[in-house]
Amino acid sequence: MIDTSILQLRVVRDRHPGRWLSAAAILVGFALVVRAFAMGQIEWSIVGQFLTMPAILNGLVNTVLMTACAMALGITLGVLFAVMYLSPNPVLRASALFYIWFFRGTPLLLQLLLWFNLALVFPTIGLPGLFEVRMVDVMTPFVATLLGLGMNQGAYTAEVVRGGILSVDQGQTEAARSIGMTGLKTLRRIVLPQAMRVIIPPVGNEFISMVKLTSIASVIQYSEILRNAQTIYYANARVIELLIVAAVWYLAVVTVLQTGQFFLERHFARGRTTTPARATGGDLR
Amino acid sequence: MIPMVAIRSVTKSYGALKALDDVNLDVAAGEVVAVIGPSGSGKSTLLRCINQLEIPDQGGVFIDGTLQGYRRQGDTLRALQDAEIARQRLASGMVFQRFNLFTHMTVLQNVIEGPVSVLRLGRTEAELEAMTLLSRVGVDDKATAYPIQLSGGQQQRVAIARALAMRPRLMLFDEPTSALDPELVGEVLSAMRDLATSGMTMVVVTHELGFAREVAGRVVFMDRGRIVEDGPPSQILTTPQHPRTREFIAAVLP
Repeated sequence: MIDTSILQLRVVRDRHPGRWLSAAAILVGFALVVRAFAMGQIEWSIVGQFLTMPAILNGLVNTVLMTACAMALGITLGVLFAVMYLSPNPVLRASALFYIWFFRGTPLLLQLLLWFNLALVFPTIGLPGLFEVRMVDVMTPFVATLLGLGMNQGAYTAEVVRGGILSVDQGQTEAARSIGMTGLKTLRRIVLPQAMRVIIPPVGNEFISMVKLTSIASVIQYSEILRNAQTIYYANARVIELLIVAAVWYLAVVTVLQTGQFFLERHFARGRTTTPARATGGDLR
Repeated sequence: MIPMVAIRSVTKSYGALKALDDVNLDVAAGEVVAVIGPSGSGKSTLLRCINQLEIPDQGGVFIDGTLQGYRRQGDTLRALQDAEIARQRLASGMVFQRFNLFTHMTVLQNVIEGPVSVLRLGRTEAELEAMTLLSRVGVDDKATAYPIQLSGGQQQRVAIARALAMRPRLMLFDEPTSALDPELVGEVLSAMRDLATSGMTMVVVTHELGFAREVAGRVVFMDRGRIVEDGPPSQILTTPQHPRTREFIAAVLP
Protein backbone atom coordinates (compact mmCIF):
# COMPACT_ATOMS: atom_id res chain seq x y z
CA MET A 1 0.00 0.00 0.00
CA ILE A 2 1.47 3.37 -1.06
CA ASP A 3 1.07 6.28 1.33
CA THR A 4 -0.18 9.03 -1.02
CA SER A 5 -0.62 11.55 1.79
CA ILE A 6 3.01 12.49 1.18
CA LEU A 7 1.84 14.29 -1.98
CA GLN A 8 0.08 16.87 0.22
CA LEU A 9 3.36 18.15 1.64
CA ARG A 10 4.69 21.53 0.52
CA VAL A 11 7.50 21.48 -2.08
CA VAL A 12 10.54 23.44 -0.91
CA ARG A 13 13.06 24.55 -3.53
CA ASP A 14 16.73 23.78 -3.10
CA ARG A 15 18.67 26.84 -1.89
CA HIS A 16 21.60 26.26 -4.27
CA PRO A 17 24.43 27.44 -1.95
CA GLY A 18 26.97 26.81 -4.73
CA ARG A 19 25.23 29.28 -7.02
CA TRP A 20 25.20 32.00 -4.36
CA LEU A 21 28.86 31.42 -3.58
CA SER A 22 30.04 31.50 -7.20
CA ALA A 23 27.92 34.59 -7.98
CA ALA A 24 29.38 36.40 -4.97
CA ALA A 25 32.94 35.48 -5.97
CA ILE A 26 32.40 36.81 -9.49
CA LEU A 27 30.84 40.06 -8.26
CA VAL A 28 33.74 40.68 -5.87
CA GLY A 29 36.26 39.96 -8.60
CA PHE A 30 34.45 42.31 -11.00
CA ALA A 31 34.34 45.07 -8.36
CA LEU A 32 38.10 44.72 -7.84
CA VAL A 33 38.79 45.07 -11.57
CA VAL A 34 36.55 48.15 -11.83
CA ARG A 35 38.28 49.67 -8.79
CA ALA A 36 41.72 48.97 -10.25
CA PHE A 37 40.86 50.73 -13.50
CA ALA A 38 39.21 53.65 -11.71
CA MET A 39 42.32 54.20 -9.59
CA GLY A 40 44.86 53.35 -12.31
CA GLN A 41 46.80 55.82 -14.45
CA ILE A 42 43.91 56.51 -16.80
CA GLU A 43 42.45 59.95 -17.31
CA TRP A 44 38.82 59.09 -17.97
CA SER A 45 38.02 62.66 -18.86
CA ILE A 46 40.39 62.38 -21.82
CA VAL A 47 38.64 59.22 -22.96
CA GLY A 48 35.33 61.13 -22.97
CA GLN A 49 36.91 64.05 -24.73
CA PHE A 50 38.44 62.04 -27.58
CA LEU A 51 35.43 59.76 -28.00
CA THR A 52 33.69 62.20 -30.34
CA MET A 53 36.74 63.91 -31.83
CA PRO A 54 36.46 64.41 -35.64
CA ALA A 55 39.56 62.29 -36.39
CA ILE A 56 38.15 59.41 -34.34
CA LEU A 57 34.65 59.70 -35.83
CA ASN A 58 36.20 59.88 -39.27
CA GLY A 59 38.11 56.68 -38.52
CA LEU A 60 34.90 55.09 -37.25
CA VAL A 61 33.12 55.93 -40.51
CA ASN A 62 36.02 54.44 -42.49
CA THR A 63 35.95 51.29 -40.36
CA VAL A 64 32.20 50.82 -40.81
CA LEU A 65 32.40 51.64 -44.52
CA MET A 66 35.24 49.16 -45.09
CA THR A 67 33.44 46.46 -43.08
CA ALA A 68 30.29 46.91 -45.17
CA CYS A 69 32.12 47.02 -48.53
CA ALA A 70 34.48 44.12 -47.76
CA MET A 71 31.61 41.92 -46.50
CA ALA A 72 29.47 42.83 -49.53
CA LEU A 73 32.33 41.80 -51.81
CA GLY A 74 33.06 38.73 -49.67
CA ILE A 75 29.45 37.51 -49.66
CA THR A 76 29.03 38.13 -53.39
CA LEU A 77 32.21 36.20 -54.17
CA GLY A 78 31.28 33.57 -51.58
CA VAL A 79 27.90 32.82 -53.20
CA LEU A 80 29.47 32.87 -56.66
CA PHE A 81 32.30 30.49 -55.79
CA ALA A 82 30.04 28.21 -53.73
CA VAL A 83 27.74 27.80 -56.74
CA MET A 84 30.76 27.26 -59.00
CA TYR A 85 32.09 24.66 -56.58
CA LEU A 86 28.79 22.74 -56.75
CA SER A 87 28.53 23.07 -60.54
CA PRO A 88 28.86 19.96 -62.71
CA ASN A 89 31.29 21.90 -64.94
CA PRO A 90 34.81 20.69 -63.95
CA VAL A 91 36.50 23.96 -65.00
CA LEU A 92 34.19 26.03 -62.79
CA ARG A 93 34.66 23.63 -59.91
CA ALA A 94 38.45 23.63 -60.26
CA SER A 95 38.64 27.44 -60.37
CA ALA A 96 36.49 27.69 -57.24
CA LEU A 97 38.73 25.18 -55.54
CA PHE A 98 41.83 27.12 -56.58
CA TYR A 99 40.39 30.42 -55.35
CA ILE A 100 39.49 28.96 -51.95
CA TRP A 101 42.84 27.21 -51.70
CA PHE A 102 44.85 30.35 -52.49
CA PHE A 103 43.01 32.91 -50.40
CA ARG A 104 42.61 30.68 -47.38
CA GLY A 105 46.15 29.42 -47.69
CA THR A 106 48.04 32.73 -47.43
CA PRO A 107 48.07 35.21 -44.53
CA LEU A 108 45.69 38.14 -44.85
CA LEU A 109 48.50 40.60 -44.06
CA LEU A 110 50.54 39.21 -46.94
CA GLN A 111 47.56 39.55 -49.28
CA LEU A 112 47.05 43.19 -48.26
CA LEU A 113 50.72 43.97 -48.91
CA LEU A 114 50.56 42.19 -52.28
CA TRP A 115 47.57 44.25 -53.43
CA PHE A 116 49.07 47.46 -52.12
CA ASN A 117 52.38 46.82 -53.91
CA LEU A 118 50.84 45.56 -57.12
CA ALA A 119 52.34 48.55 -58.93
CA LEU A 120 55.73 46.85 -58.61
CA VAL A 121 54.44 44.06 -60.86
CA PHE A 122 52.12 46.05 -63.11
CA PRO A 123 53.13 49.72 -63.27
CA THR A 124 50.09 50.52 -65.40
CA ILE A 125 46.66 48.96 -65.83
CA GLY A 126 44.14 49.15 -68.68
CA LEU A 127 43.14 47.79 -72.04
CA PRO A 128 45.88 48.31 -74.66
CA GLY A 129 44.91 51.11 -77.03
CA LEU A 130 41.76 52.07 -75.12
CA PHE A 131 42.90 53.50 -71.83
CA GLU A 132 45.74 53.12 -69.41
CA VAL A 133 46.26 54.43 -65.91
CA ARG A 134 49.06 54.20 -63.39
CA MET A 135 48.56 51.39 -60.88
CA VAL A 136 49.56 53.60 -57.93
CA ASP A 137 46.61 55.87 -58.75
CA VAL A 138 44.18 52.94 -58.79
CA MET A 139 45.52 50.91 -55.90
CA THR A 140 44.74 53.40 -53.13
CA PRO A 141 44.78 52.18 -49.53
CA PHE A 142 40.97 51.87 -49.74
CA VAL A 143 41.01 49.75 -52.89
CA ALA A 144 43.90 47.57 -51.70
CA THR A 145 42.16 46.97 -48.35
CA LEU A 146 38.82 46.26 -49.99
CA LEU A 147 40.35 43.70 -52.37
CA GLY A 148 42.47 42.14 -49.65
CA LEU A 149 39.72 41.79 -47.06
CA GLY A 150 36.91 41.08 -49.54
CA MET A 151 38.66 38.38 -51.52
CA ASN A 152 39.97 36.70 -48.39
CA GLN A 153 36.46 36.80 -46.92
CA GLY A 154 35.00 35.39 -50.13
CA ALA A 155 37.08 32.25 -49.76
CA TYR A 156 35.72 31.59 -46.27
CA THR A 157 32.15 32.60 -47.10
CA ALA A 158 32.19 30.29 -50.14
CA GLU A 159 32.58 27.33 -47.81
CA VAL A 160 29.85 28.59 -45.49
CA VAL A 161 27.44 29.12 -48.39
CA ARG A 162 28.31 25.72 -49.85
CA GLY A 163 27.46 24.12 -46.51
CA GLY A 164 24.18 26.02 -46.45
CA ILE A 165 23.23 24.92 -49.97
CA LEU A 166 24.07 21.29 -49.16
CA SER A 167 21.86 21.47 -46.06
CA VAL A 168 18.74 22.03 -48.20
CA ASP A 169 16.88 18.80 -48.98
CA GLN A 170 17.24 17.54 -52.56
CA GLY A 171 13.44 17.18 -52.68
CA GLN A 172 13.10 20.97 -52.63
CA THR A 173 15.10 21.24 -55.84
CA GLU A 174 13.11 18.45 -57.49
CA ALA A 175 9.81 20.08 -56.53
CA ALA A 176 11.01 23.40 -57.96
CA ARG A 177 12.11 21.77 -61.22
CA SER A 178 8.80 19.91 -61.45
CA ILE A 179 6.89 23.22 -61.57
CA GLY A 180 9.08 24.39 -64.44
CA MET A 181 11.72 26.46 -62.66
CA THR A 182 15.15 26.76 -64.26
CA GLY A 183 18.27 25.89 -62.26
CA LEU A 184 19.06 29.52 -61.53
CA LYS A 185 15.52 30.36 -60.44
CA THR A 186 15.47 27.28 -58.20
CA LEU A 187 18.66 28.47 -56.56
CA ARG A 188 17.42 32.03 -56.08
CA ARG A 189 13.82 31.38 -55.04
CA ILE A 190 13.98 28.03 -53.24
CA VAL A 191 17.46 26.84 -52.24
CA LEU A 192 19.26 30.02 -51.12
CA PRO A 193 16.39 31.37 -48.96
CA GLN A 194 16.36 28.06 -47.09
CA ALA A 195 20.16 27.89 -46.94
CA MET A 196 20.16 31.33 -45.27
CA ARG A 197 19.04 29.76 -42.00
CA VAL A 198 22.29 27.80 -41.89
CA ILE A 199 24.44 30.52 -43.48
CA ILE A 200 23.54 33.48 -41.25
CA PRO A 201 25.05 32.47 -37.88
CA PRO A 202 28.58 31.88 -39.25
CA VAL A 203 28.40 34.89 -41.60
CA GLY A 204 27.23 37.04 -38.68
CA ASN A 205 30.25 35.78 -36.84
CA GLU A 206 32.49 36.75 -39.75
CA PHE A 207 30.83 40.14 -40.06
CA ILE A 208 31.82 40.82 -36.47
CA SER A 209 35.32 39.51 -37.14
CA MET A 210 35.57 41.82 -40.13
CA VAL A 211 34.85 44.92 -38.03
CA LYS A 212 37.98 44.20 -36.05
CA LEU A 213 39.97 42.79 -38.97
CA THR A 214 39.80 46.17 -40.74
CA SER A 215 42.31 47.40 -38.16
CA ILE A 216 44.98 45.38 -39.96
CA ALA A 217 44.63 47.85 -42.85
CA SER A 218 46.48 50.42 -40.77
CA VAL A 219 49.71 48.83 -42.09
CA ILE A 220 48.91 50.10 -45.59
CA GLN A 221 47.82 53.54 -44.41
CA TYR A 222 44.08 53.09 -44.56
CA SER A 223 42.84 55.54 -41.94
CA GLU A 224 40.44 53.39 -39.99
CA ILE A 225 39.70 54.07 -36.33
CA LEU A 226 42.67 52.29 -34.76
CA ARG A 227 45.18 53.98 -37.07
CA ASN A 228 43.66 57.39 -36.32
CA ALA A 229 43.80 56.67 -32.60
CA GLN A 230 47.45 55.71 -32.96
CA THR A 231 48.24 58.88 -34.91
CA ILE A 232 46.77 60.89 -32.05
CA TYR A 233 48.61 59.08 -29.26
CA TYR A 234 51.93 59.35 -31.10
CA ALA A 235 51.39 63.10 -30.70
CA ASN A 236 49.95 63.34 -27.18
CA ALA A 237 51.22 60.09 -25.54
CA ARG A 238 47.74 59.23 -24.18
CA VAL A 239 48.14 55.64 -25.35
CA ILE A 240 45.71 53.78 -23.10
CA GLU A 241 43.02 56.48 -23.23
CA LEU A 242 42.94 56.40 -27.02
CA LEU A 243 43.02 52.61 -27.16
CA ILE A 244 40.00 52.63 -24.84
CA VAL A 245 38.28 55.12 -27.14
CA ALA A 246 38.80 52.73 -30.07
CA ALA A 247 37.65 49.76 -28.00
CA VAL A 248 34.44 51.55 -27.01
CA TRP A 249 33.58 52.22 -30.63
CA TYR A 250 34.40 48.67 -31.74
CA LEU A 251 32.10 47.35 -29.02
CA ALA A 252 29.35 49.77 -30.06
CA VAL A 253 29.49 48.67 -33.70
CA VAL A 254 29.57 44.98 -32.77
CA THR A 255 26.57 45.43 -30.48
CA VAL A 256 24.54 46.92 -33.32
CA LEU A 257 25.56 44.07 -35.65
CA GLN A 258 24.71 41.41 -33.09
CA THR A 259 21.22 42.86 -32.67
CA GLY A 260 20.77 42.91 -36.43
CA GLN A 261 21.80 39.26 -36.62
CA PHE A 262 19.13 38.31 -34.10
CA PHE A 263 16.37 39.82 -36.23
CA LEU A 264 17.78 38.39 -39.46
CA GLU A 265 17.86 34.91 -37.95
CA ARG A 266 14.30 35.27 -36.77
CA HIS A 267 13.22 36.28 -40.27
CA PHE A 268 14.88 33.33 -41.99
CA ALA A 269 13.66 30.86 -39.37
CA ARG A 270 10.12 31.27 -40.70
CA GLY A 271 8.52 27.96 -41.47
CA ARG A 272 10.59 26.25 -38.76
CA THR A 273 9.43 25.52 -35.27
CA THR A 274 12.72 26.35 -33.61
CA THR A 275 13.38 30.09 -33.46
CA PRO A 276 16.68 31.56 -32.24
CA ALA A 277 14.83 33.10 -29.29
CA ARG A 278 13.80 29.67 -28.08
CA ALA A 279 17.05 27.95 -28.97
CA THR A 280 19.12 29.89 -26.43
CA GLY A 281 19.90 28.43 -23.07
CA GLY A 282 18.36 25.52 -21.24
CA ASP A 283 16.67 25.14 -17.92
CA LEU A 284 19.29 24.27 -15.35
CA ARG A 285 16.87 23.45 -12.51
CA MET B 1 -4.18 8.87 -82.41
CA ILE B 2 -0.93 9.93 -80.75
CA PRO B 3 -0.76 8.91 -77.08
CA MET B 4 -0.17 11.74 -74.61
CA VAL B 5 2.83 9.88 -73.17
CA ALA B 6 4.82 7.36 -75.20
CA ILE B 7 7.75 5.72 -73.48
CA ARG B 8 9.93 3.92 -76.03
CA SER B 9 12.75 1.45 -75.30
CA VAL B 10 13.83 3.33 -72.18
CA THR B 11 16.86 1.92 -70.37
CA LYS B 12 18.46 3.45 -67.32
CA SER B 13 21.30 2.09 -65.17
CA TYR B 14 22.90 3.21 -61.95
CA GLY B 15 26.32 1.60 -62.09
CA ALA B 16 25.74 -2.12 -62.38
CA LEU B 17 22.07 -1.83 -61.39
CA LYS B 18 19.64 -1.77 -64.31
CA ALA B 19 16.76 0.35 -62.98
CA LEU B 20 14.89 0.34 -66.29
CA ASP B 21 15.41 -2.34 -68.94
CA ASP B 22 13.91 -1.57 -72.35
CA VAL B 23 10.57 -0.23 -71.10
CA ASN B 24 7.70 0.67 -73.45
CA LEU B 25 4.45 2.24 -72.27
CA ASP B 26 1.71 4.38 -73.79
CA VAL B 27 -0.68 6.56 -71.82
CA ALA B 28 -3.65 8.03 -73.69
CA ALA B 29 -5.20 11.39 -72.80
CA GLY B 30 -7.66 11.03 -69.94
CA GLU B 31 -6.29 7.67 -68.89
CA VAL B 32 -5.45 6.85 -65.25
CA VAL B 33 -2.59 4.35 -65.06
CA ALA B 34 -1.48 2.77 -61.78
CA VAL B 35 2.08 1.45 -61.71
CA ILE B 36 2.61 -1.22 -59.07
CA GLY B 37 5.46 -3.54 -58.17
CA PRO B 38 7.99 -4.38 -55.45
CA SER B 39 10.54 -1.86 -54.15
CA GLY B 40 13.41 -1.28 -56.55
CA SER B 41 11.42 -2.47 -59.54
CA GLY B 42 11.96 0.86 -61.36
CA LYS B 43 8.47 2.36 -60.92
CA SER B 44 9.68 5.71 -59.58
CA THR B 45 12.55 5.93 -62.05
CA LEU B 46 10.09 5.40 -64.90
CA LEU B 47 7.83 8.16 -63.55
CA ARG B 48 10.77 10.52 -63.13
CA CYS B 49 11.86 9.91 -66.73
CA ILE B 50 8.52 11.34 -67.88
CA ASN B 51 9.27 14.81 -66.47
CA GLN B 52 13.04 14.57 -67.01
CA LEU B 53 14.05 14.39 -63.36
CA GLU B 54 15.91 11.35 -64.72
CA ILE B 55 17.43 11.15 -68.17
CA PRO B 56 17.21 7.72 -69.87
CA ASP B 57 20.49 6.16 -71.00
CA GLN B 58 18.76 4.83 -74.08
CA GLY B 59 15.37 5.28 -75.65
CA GLY B 60 13.15 8.27 -75.04
CA VAL B 61 9.92 9.72 -73.77
CA PHE B 62 7.50 11.44 -76.16
CA ILE B 63 4.80 13.78 -74.89
CA ASP B 64 2.13 14.55 -77.49
CA GLY B 65 4.53 13.11 -80.04
CA THR B 66 7.45 15.37 -79.08
CA LEU B 67 10.68 13.77 -77.89
CA GLN B 68 11.57 15.14 -74.46
CA GLY B 69 14.98 16.58 -73.71
CA TYR B 70 16.36 16.66 -77.26
CA ARG B 71 15.97 18.56 -80.48
CA ARG B 72 16.62 17.16 -83.92
CA GLN B 73 19.34 18.94 -85.83
CA GLY B 74 19.91 17.39 -89.23
CA ASP B 75 21.08 13.86 -88.57
CA THR B 76 21.82 14.42 -84.88
CA LEU B 77 19.99 14.97 -81.62
CA ARG B 78 21.02 17.86 -79.41
CA ALA B 79 20.34 17.95 -75.69
CA LEU B 80 18.09 20.86 -74.77
CA GLN B 81 19.17 23.79 -72.61
CA ASP B 82 18.03 24.10 -69.01
CA ALA B 83 15.37 26.71 -69.88
CA GLU B 84 13.93 24.57 -72.69
CA ILE B 85 13.74 21.52 -70.43
CA ALA B 86 12.01 23.69 -67.80
CA ARG B 87 9.44 24.69 -70.43
CA GLN B 88 8.82 21.05 -71.41
CA ARG B 89 8.23 20.18 -67.77
CA LEU B 90 5.20 22.47 -67.74
CA ALA B 91 3.26 19.69 -69.47
CA SER B 92 3.24 17.66 -66.27
CA GLY B 93 2.73 18.19 -62.57
CA MET B 94 4.36 15.97 -59.99
CA VAL B 95 3.41 14.91 -56.47
CA PHE B 96 6.19 13.41 -54.36
CA GLN B 97 6.22 10.76 -51.67
CA ARG B 98 7.65 13.23 -49.13
CA PHE B 99 5.47 16.18 -50.29
CA ASN B 100 8.48 18.51 -50.79
CA LEU B 101 6.50 21.66 -50.04
CA PHE B 102 8.75 24.73 -49.94
CA THR B 103 9.37 24.97 -46.20
CA HIS B 104 10.07 28.73 -46.14
CA MET B 105 6.76 29.62 -47.77
CA THR B 106 3.18 29.54 -46.54
CA VAL B 107 0.65 27.22 -48.15
CA LEU B 108 -0.65 30.01 -50.40
CA GLN B 109 2.87 31.09 -51.36
CA ASN B 110 3.70 27.48 -52.25
CA VAL B 111 0.77 27.31 -54.63
CA ILE B 112 1.30 30.71 -56.33
CA GLU B 113 5.10 30.41 -56.60
CA GLY B 114 5.02 28.64 -59.98
CA PRO B 115 2.20 30.68 -61.54
CA VAL B 116 3.82 33.98 -60.49
CA SER B 117 7.52 33.29 -61.01
CA VAL B 118 7.32 30.87 -63.97
CA LEU B 119 4.04 31.58 -65.76
CA ARG B 120 4.24 35.32 -64.96
CA LEU B 121 0.64 35.49 -63.78
CA GLY B 122 -0.49 38.52 -61.79
CA ARG B 123 -0.37 37.96 -58.04
CA THR B 124 -4.07 38.66 -57.42
CA GLU B 125 -5.14 36.36 -60.23
CA ALA B 126 -2.75 33.64 -59.03
CA GLU B 127 -4.01 33.94 -55.45
CA LEU B 128 -7.63 33.75 -56.55
CA GLU B 129 -6.93 30.62 -58.55
CA ALA B 130 -4.82 29.15 -55.74
CA MET B 131 -7.65 29.58 -53.23
CA THR B 132 -10.03 27.81 -55.61
CA LEU B 133 -7.60 24.90 -55.89
CA LEU B 134 -6.97 24.80 -52.14
CA SER B 135 -10.68 24.63 -51.42
CA ARG B 136 -11.01 21.92 -54.06
CA VAL B 137 -8.58 19.76 -52.06
CA GLY B 138 -10.05 20.97 -48.76
CA VAL B 139 -7.15 22.93 -47.23
CA ASP B 140 -8.23 26.53 -47.99
CA ASP B 141 -8.46 27.22 -44.25
CA LYS B 142 -4.69 26.60 -43.99
CA ALA B 143 -3.64 29.14 -46.63
CA THR B 144 -1.50 31.22 -44.26
CA ALA B 145 0.05 28.26 -42.39
CA TYR B 146 3.57 26.99 -42.99
CA PRO B 147 3.98 23.38 -44.19
CA ILE B 148 5.46 22.27 -40.87
CA GLN B 149 2.21 23.21 -39.13
CA LEU B 150 0.19 20.81 -41.30
CA SER B 151 -0.44 17.08 -41.06
CA GLY B 152 1.08 14.87 -43.75
CA GLY B 153 -2.28 14.47 -45.44
CA GLN B 154 -2.84 18.23 -45.56
CA GLN B 155 0.69 18.77 -46.91
CA GLN B 156 0.13 16.26 -49.67
CA ARG B 157 -3.15 17.89 -50.66
CA VAL B 158 -1.37 21.27 -50.81
CA ALA B 159 1.28 19.61 -52.99
CA ILE B 160 -1.49 18.46 -55.35
CA ALA B 161 -2.85 22.01 -55.49
CA ARG B 162 0.64 23.37 -56.14
CA ALA B 163 1.07 21.02 -59.10
CA LEU B 164 -2.43 21.78 -60.46
CA ALA B 165 -1.79 25.53 -60.27
CA MET B 166 0.57 25.14 -63.24
CA ARG B 167 -2.40 23.83 -65.28
CA PRO B 168 -0.63 20.63 -66.37
CA ARG B 169 -2.21 18.23 -68.84
CA LEU B 170 -0.71 15.26 -67.04
CA MET B 171 -0.23 14.49 -63.36
CA LEU B 172 2.51 12.21 -62.01
CA PHE B 173 2.17 10.75 -58.51
CA ASP B 174 5.20 9.11 -56.91
CA GLU B 175 3.90 6.96 -54.04
CA PRO B 176 1.78 9.86 -52.77
CA THR B 177 0.45 8.04 -49.70
CA SER B 178 3.51 5.99 -48.65
CA ALA B 179 4.77 8.55 -46.11
CA LEU B 180 1.37 9.10 -44.50
CA ASP B 181 -0.13 7.81 -41.27
CA PRO B 182 -2.79 5.23 -42.20
CA GLU B 183 -5.70 7.39 -41.11
CA LEU B 184 -4.56 10.23 -43.44
CA VAL B 185 -4.30 8.11 -46.59
CA GLY B 186 -8.02 8.37 -47.34
CA GLU B 187 -8.14 12.17 -47.66
CA VAL B 188 -5.30 12.19 -50.22
CA LEU B 189 -6.76 9.32 -52.21
CA SER B 190 -10.12 11.07 -52.28
CA ALA B 191 -8.50 14.24 -53.69
CA MET B 192 -6.85 12.07 -56.36
CA ARG B 193 -10.13 10.33 -57.10
CA ASP B 194 -11.82 13.71 -57.71
CA LEU B 195 -8.99 14.64 -60.04
CA ALA B 196 -9.37 11.41 -61.99
CA THR B 197 -13.12 11.98 -62.27
CA SER B 198 -12.48 15.45 -63.74
CA GLY B 199 -10.73 13.75 -66.66
CA MET B 200 -7.08 14.43 -65.76
CA THR B 201 -4.50 12.12 -67.29
CA MET B 202 -2.66 10.47 -64.40
CA VAL B 203 0.24 8.10 -63.87
CA VAL B 204 0.26 6.90 -60.26
CA VAL B 205 3.06 4.86 -58.70
CA THR B 206 1.35 3.32 -55.70
CA HIS B 207 1.11 0.53 -53.19
CA GLU B 208 -2.61 1.20 -52.71
CA LEU B 209 -4.06 -1.69 -54.66
CA GLY B 210 -7.56 -0.71 -53.53
CA PHE B 211 -7.11 2.69 -55.15
CA ALA B 212 -5.69 1.07 -58.28
CA ARG B 213 -8.69 -1.22 -58.55
CA GLU B 214 -11.23 1.51 -57.97
CA VAL B 215 -9.81 4.51 -59.86
CA ALA B 216 -7.25 3.33 -62.40
CA GLY B 217 -8.33 2.35 -65.88
CA ARG B 218 -5.17 0.33 -66.27
CA VAL B 219 -2.65 -1.31 -63.98
CA VAL B 220 0.98 -1.86 -64.93
CA PHE B 221 3.04 -4.34 -62.94
CA MET B 222 6.81 -3.82 -62.93
CA ASP B 223 9.60 -6.05 -61.68
CA ARG B 224 13.37 -5.67 -62.02
CA GLY B 225 13.19 -2.74 -64.40
CA ARG B 226 10.72 -4.34 -66.80
CA ILE B 227 6.98 -4.13 -67.35
CA VAL B 228 5.84 -7.66 -66.65
CA GLU B 229 2.13 -7.24 -67.09
CA ASP B 230 -0.20 -4.48 -68.26
CA GLY B 231 -3.98 -4.57 -68.33
CA PRO B 232 -7.30 -3.58 -66.72
CA PRO B 233 -7.30 -3.72 -62.89
CA SER B 234 -9.77 -6.58 -62.84
CA GLN B 235 -7.30 -8.71 -64.74
CA ILE B 236 -4.00 -7.70 -63.09
CA LEU B 237 -5.32 -7.66 -59.53
CA THR B 238 -7.68 -10.63 -59.70
CA THR B 239 -6.48 -12.99 -62.39
CA PRO B 240 -2.83 -12.13 -63.07
CA GLN B 241 -1.27 -14.16 -65.88
CA HIS B 242 2.41 -13.90 -65.04
CA PRO B 243 3.73 -15.96 -62.06
CA ARG B 244 5.72 -12.96 -60.76
CA THR B 245 2.56 -10.81 -60.69
CA ARG B 246 0.61 -13.57 -59.02
CA GLU B 247 3.30 -13.87 -56.35
CA PHE B 248 3.30 -10.10 -55.70
CA ILE B 249 -0.49 -9.76 -55.55
CA ALA B 250 -0.72 -12.75 -53.21
CA ALA B 251 1.90 -11.22 -50.90
CA VAL B 252 0.31 -7.75 -50.84
CA LEU B 253 -3.39 -8.57 -50.75
CA PRO B 254 -4.47 -10.40 -47.62
